[in-house]
Amino acid sequence: MLETRDLELLEHIQRGLPVCSRPYLEIGLCCGMSETEVIERLTKLKQQGLIKRLGVIVKHRQLGYRANAMIVWNVPDQVIKQLGKEISHFSFVTLCYQRPKQPEWPYNLYCMIHGKDKATVLNQLEQLIEACHLNCFDKEILFSRQCFKQRGAIYQKPGPSLAHG
Amino acid sequence: MLTHLHKQLLNDYQHDFPLSARPYQDIADELGVTENEVLTAFTELNTKQLISRIGPVIPPNHIGVSALVAMSVPEQQLQAIADKISAYPEVNHNYEREHLFNLWFVVIASDAEHLFDVINEIERETSLKALRLPMLDDFFIDLGFKLDLTNA
Repeated sequence: MLETRDLELLEHIQRGLPVCSRPYLEIGLCCGMSETEVIERLTKLKQQGLIKRLGVIVKHRQLGYRANAMIVWNVPDQVIKQLGKEISHFSFVTLCYQRPKQPEWPYNLYCMIHGKDKATVLNQLEQLIEACHLNCFDKEILFSRQCFKQRGAIYQKPGPSLAHG
Repeated sequence: MLTHLHKQLLNDYQHDFPLSARPYQDIADELGVTENEVLTAFTELNTKQLISRIGPVIPPNHIGVSALVAMSVPEQQLQAIADKISAYPEVNHNYEREHLFNLWFVVIASDAEHLFDVINEIERETSLKALRLPMLDDFFIDLGFKLDLTNA
């Protein structure tokens, strides 16, 4: 279970671990916790799976991975879990998830491929389609063009933030 | 140009960043360099905008709720609309994609009510219809990424 203290801690650390000798001490100072408590809480959250990974979050684009495709398929609900698992096995797939179909958007299975260029990504997609027998499903490929914003998930509470704009 | 140390930090510390009092010292020990060299290298990676941050990746819908939202924005308004949307603290990703639905962003909030309030507010502010695509199941979420940095 996630405690309020955990949430406070996550809110602070989502902005990035300070680059200094005792970063957990510094995070602790911001949210009124000792260094030990910060480390223990983060360790526990990782064990519980509430932190999927803790580490360096790279900027793909600046590192030469300029082609990013979101591929969406319309697959029957009965097979979506199995297909999702199979797709996730490919090392070039960075995300894979299910979202609801909508009248103007009949797709439910999403995956993301990051690559150095479009040709590489399309080639990897071909491998994926072949291996997972995805050929018979309708799909769309959406390459990204500009990134306007990218940062960690900071879970806003309702309040003054909504008054914005 | 990236040094060997930069490349090691980029590729080898996406998972299991040390949870100890002196994590950068631990990394330095593993790599046979000094803590100061590690701190300097991370600062450089930050300054060069090659890393977004060192931090946790939190699976969606365990803490709070999120939705992917798509909009079809007239080309000449795209930058202005995107800027308005990025200004919301609840929006954490915002991308242009090559499609009739050309603007894709992720909204996160601590509960569903707040999430839908924000999306409604964005629709009002932009006078554009939003396609709401909440997460139903995640099969695989950002477990890091093996970078080929041979030419970096």
